[in-house]
Amino acid sequence: MAEASQLIQHIESFVNLSSSPTHQSQLQAASLDVIASLLKKNVLTIETLVREMGMYLTTTDDVIRARGILLLGELLTHLASKPLDDATIHSMLAFFTDRLADWKALRGALVGCLALLRRKSSGGVITTNDAKAVAQSYIQNLQVQSLAQHDRKLCFELLECLLQRYPDAVVSLGEDLLYAICEAIDGEKDPHCLMLTFHIVEVAAELFSDDLLANFASDLFEILGCYFPIHFTHSKAEDFDVKRDDLSRALMFPNLSLSHIMQAAFSSTSLFEPFAIPLLLEKLSSSLQSAKVDSLKYLSHCTVKYGADRIEKHAKAMWSSIKDAVYSSHEPTLSFASESLDGVGFRENVILTESLNLLDTVFKQNSGLFLSWIIGDEDINLIFKSISSYKTYKEISLQSKQKLHAVGSILSVSAKASPAACNSVMESFFPCLMHALGLSVGNSTQDCFPNDGNVLRGKLNHGALYLCIELMTACRELMASSEEFKSVAAPANERWYCLLQSYSASLAKALRSTLETSANEDSYETNVYFGVKGLLILGTFRGGSLIISNSIFENILLTFTSIIISEFENTLLWKLALKALVHIGSFIDRFNESEKALSYMDVVIEKIVSLASSHDFSMPFPLKLEAISEIGATGRNYLLKIVQGLEEAVCANLYEVLVHGNPKSAEVVVQLLECYSNKVLPRIHEIGGFEEVLLRFAVNIWNLIEKSVTFSSQGLLDATMKAMKLAVGSCSVESQNIVFQKAFTVLSLGTYFPLEDAASNIPILLNEFQLTQETSISSSREAWICSLFASVIIAARPQTHIPNVRLVIRLFMTTLLKGNVPAAQALGSMVNKLGLKSNGTEVHGNCTLEEAMDIIFDSKLWSFNDSVTLRSNGGLENGSSIGLTDICRGATNIRSLQVHAIAGLAWIGKGLLMRGHEKVKDITMTFIECLLSNSKLGSFSLEQDYSENSSESVVKYAADAFKILMGDSEDCLSRKLHATIRPLYKQRFYSTIMPILQSLIIKSNSSFSRSILCRACAHIISDTPLIVVLNDAKTVIPILMDGLSILSNDVSDKDIVYSLLLVLSGILTDKNGKTIGQEAVIECAHIIIDHSIILISYPHMMLVRETAIQCLVAMSGLPHARIYPMRRQVLQAVSRALDDPKRAVRQEAVRCRQAWSQSLSMKGESGDCFNHVSQ
Amino acid sequence: MVSGLINANPVVYEKKERRARSASSCVNDEYAAEQIDQQEVFDHVRDIKDPEHPYSLEELKVITEDAIEVDDERSYVRVTFTPTVEHCSMATVIGLCLRVKLMRSLPPRFKVDIMVAPGTHATEAAVNKQLNDKERVAAALENPNLVDMVDECLAPTFD
Repeated sequence: MAEASQLIQHIESFVNLSSSPTHQSQLQAASLDVIASLLKKNVLTIETLVREMGMYLTTTDDVIRARGILLLGELLTHLASKPLDDATIHSMLAFFTDRLADWKALRGALVGCLALLRRKSSGGVITTNDAKAVAQSYIQNLQVQSLAQHDRKLCFELLECLLQRYPDAVVSLGEDLLYAICEAIDGEKDPHCLMLTFHIVEVAAELFSDDLLANFASDLFEILGCYFPIHFTHSKAEDFDVKRDDLSRALMFPNLSLSHIMQAAFSSTSLFEPFAIPLLLEKLSSSLQSAKVDSLKYLSHCTVKYGADRIEKHAKAMWSSIKDAVYSSHEPTLSFASESLDGVGFRENVILTESLNLLDTVFKQNSGLFLSWIIGDEDINLIFKSISSYKTYKEISLQSKQKLHAVGSILSVSAKASPAACNSVMESFFPCLMHALGLSVGNSTQDCFPNDGNVLRGKLNHGALYLCIELMTACRELMASSEEFKSVAAPANERWYCLLQSYSASLAKALRSTLETSANEDSYETNVYFGVKGLLILGTFRGGSLIISNSIFENILLTFTSIIISEFENTLLWKLALKALVHIGSFIDRFNESEKALSYMDVVIEKIVSLASSHDFSMPFPLKLEAISEIGATGRNYLLKIVQGLEEAVCANLYEVLVHGNPKSAEVVVQLLECYSNKVLPRIHEIGGFEEVLLRFAVNIWNLIEKSVTFSSQGLLDATMKAMKLAVGSCSVESQNIVFQKAFTVLSLGTYFPLEDAASNIPILLNEFQLTQETSISSSREAWICSLFASVIIAARPQTHIPNVRLVIRLFMTTLLKGNVPAAQALGSMVNKLGLKSNGTEVHGNCTLEEAMDIIFDSKLWSFNDSVTLRSNGGLENGSSIGLTDICRGATNIRSLQVHAIAGLAWIGKGLLMRGHEKVKDITMTFIECLLSNSKLGSFSLEQDYSENSSESVVKYAADAFKILMGDSEDCLSRKLHATIRPLYKQRFYSTIMPILQSLIIKSNSSFSRSILCRACAHIISDTPLIVVLNDAKTVIPILMDGLSILSNDVSDKDIVYSLLLVLSGILTDKNGKTIGQEAVIECAHIIIDHSIILISYPHMMLVRETAIQCLVAMSGLPHARIYPMRRQVLQAVSRALDDPKRAVRQEAVRCRQAWSQSLSMKGESGDCFNHVSQ
Repeated sequence: MVSGLINANPVVYEKKERRARSASSCVNDEYAAEQIDQQEVFDHVRDIKDPEHPYSLEELKVITEDAIEVDDERSYVRVTFTPTVEHCSMATVIGLCLRVKLMRSLPPRFKVDIMVAPGTHATEAAVNKQLNDKERVAAALENPNLVDMVDECLAPTFD
């Protein structure tokens, strides 16, 4: 009984409408859920529920009755998947059907009917009779258009559901239902409902027989037609989640969008044809762009749906409309200056593409009819007559140009449609074009060698040439698209094919002759463009040498190649020719045209490759390289050839440099290497499988190094190292092993390196003389070998076996003290990739990470003789040996040694940091110790200028070590070079190190040590992902500001100032972390604005000034009270920036000034008005 | 107040495409100065909205790039604008918009002259005098209605 009373309570709370709306809807939803769950769990049966609810369902109080029925309806919606027995369903449905007549409590009845009609077939089904009863009641009782929007929507859903799920039941109702549909949808305005109505029309049209429908077609279409074209005037209105496109689709494809549903409704039955096509054609002349586009889309869709017979009546009208649309939508001029061969001149034009689409559709449906119109068209024939009167493209009047292009696109669409159409089009137009061009049917064998150029001396007619190229393009596409031509079995009996073939030779010759124009000629651009494009099309016909004989093809290639080699001063021609060659190359590669591939290899590739090694310096070298790399990218075989050619050229030139000391070759080889590593290697990587080539390249360079005598500039070394790294990096483990063997042999042959010393554990004696002399190391042989060896190690895969790891480590340890950065990077890379002991696998030459770490950190590798004084505070005696960290801490008083040691340690630390090794903590502590110890020293030796300066710079280096630790480097430890990268390592480092540095900053008492600590922080902050920094914006911003003011004093720090400023602007403009970032920003607004103002006049970098102003713009959005005091200051500073030497800064300043003065006037304005009124 | 629009149906011209600056040597040189030139001043004023139509001054050809004269060294700018119709009472408002916009966008060292193109306006001299008299401009900017109007016209230039 308790349950029953509870139930009553829930029902009461749902039905009751007295409490406040928001609270109430929650309550109602809750009670609905409770009752539904009771029903689901079978605690309550529907019968008992109905019995309990009896009063609510039958009372004469409209409101309560409506709520009661709604409750029942909603409950049934919740029980959609619960099986119910047929009797219950039947009686419930009968109830709701009956209730449809009760307009005061309609919603519940609609919801209930919908819920029952939509039930899954598993749990009790509705019989046809029941459904029919619903429909009948619907027809009798519902006045849909007099209802509110939500109820209308429910009505339409009900109707849709009936039509879709119970077709048998509703079809028998016949005309009555159709009449009811017309009545219901007439005058509907809500987009959501419209979606449904369009769909209802579509479904109904499919459902009912044509005879029945015929009576209603005109009425239905009248209702539908007035929505076309769909055009929202209030597109920004808040609740329009139905987009225009949706609406307009609703009238073709169901469930997509309105426009498409409308399209579907339009085309749902061919009975609409007499109404729809005239309407659409009429709307085509509308001035509204979207109406035009829609009409065109609908027309092509309807054309397919209605079928050829029905469309035939309208074909003539359609043809003239299409013609008009094409004529008027073409751009009047082509621009030839753009160096693209595909879509020259025509901007994207929706109307044009849609009209051509439509033309394509109708043409395919009824090609005979359209063909006769096209061929007989007066306009087209007029154009053909008139083109011969113009010599050059420029002479043609704008209007005729527009028509010319329209004719071109119409002809190309029709020729593309089918081989038969192509035959007719070509037959009727091509010969007369050839005539206009002054070409005759040529004997192809003779014409390959044009000795008698007398016909062609005169310039070609551009109009004819344009149309001719359009036609040829269409033929080419037809050939490529139709399946039958894929086999080599020729379309030899097709007439278009014969036509083209017979003219091909003379055409090619004529086109070649247009290319022989000079740049100062009037129609140079047009000539060049048409010439190249025409030849390109001739060169890319499918099907071997069927249309274009091999000799013509080779001639075309030869023409382009000779342009590449000799016409480099003629920029446009050169670029277009190169593009054409690339097109042809990739065409051959894509379609496996074996015969053409041979010619291409012989004619183009051989010549181009020889460019690299030729000693002809008349052609600019960068152009040569561009041609080589572009053409090499077209196909695998070509790339192979090109890579070999490049490699030979590199080796030959390197030989010149290294053995004969030829400085001129050095420049060449640097460019070659850059091309190799920047353009060719990425392409190789893409294609894959060039392993031997890369391996051979690396080994060859080592061979050269072995023979070398002289070593030249740093630039050459850098380029070589880069190429070496990339080449070795993309090798497999086995190939890398081979390279290592070779490299190590060369290394051990080097005389300078005391391998024996290193092998024994005797500390290496360093003396000052040796160290200072080695500062100019880049040109020495040792440095070359060592750096190259380092770059090989940097590129090694983790599994690669490095011979003699211990030895190599010692070697690098010593060289890094001489300031050799690659050595340090190699060490970092090694500790990053060495295997751990616990893995048990024998990797990297039996040396595990632990051993390597031992050598690096714990062994005392070096000793000093007396000439070097050791610092007393290092606690070391003369002659005793020291390790790397000792030097970092300043165990010697040789400054350069300490600096190099710090840089080296930083790279090693980076390697460890990236793999997440804990030893990195010790390294950072060493750096921090450095920072602190030296600042202490700095503070008490202020009088001694020399010592102050030196220690200051050492400290700076220690601070900059954090940049190495955190920064991403292209040279080393990148993903490409197989580094082990632990996810989120930067975040981890940031969160461990920042608290330490922050507390040190707070504790620091001298301004110098504070500045150094800020510097270190700046490096860390600027390289950490923004999200992490945002999280503790509060603590970071003050440090950031300090960093900015400290770093902005020195020109050399401008990059770090910029990256810090970027972090700041990131914090200011961040949208997601608003709550966290914003608070901190508001708190520090004063400092941020002050510092930004100072940076506005930062003289050394434009980007800094620009970003500073952007920060100020972002600040202007803060609460008024907070920024108001700074307003005057900011406006002054910004108005100074209006006179900045750089334009970008001035532009930002204008924006900033506006933002700030607006924030002033917004609040000030009301005050002004007030004053005004009071006066 | 005049009822109805002064020029109810103005001719609208196409906007010129924003010319990309040709990469000059200045780009790489951090310290080289880029002078304020015709195009830059034109960029400041081209998007000002006409007071009575939703078109920009550029679209109505009220101002063109050639009608702007700039001498950066002597800190001088002269803008000559062409009202759409001869008796256009909006000419002073347009002129005021131009002046305010340039006042806010150019460094204070510049002297700005705003002129109606000779022969394009019925009361040319009066308009010119009014626009170049700083007392009268200042007074006009005290009028909150005018300031609102000017701000509305200038709004599109800051996007």
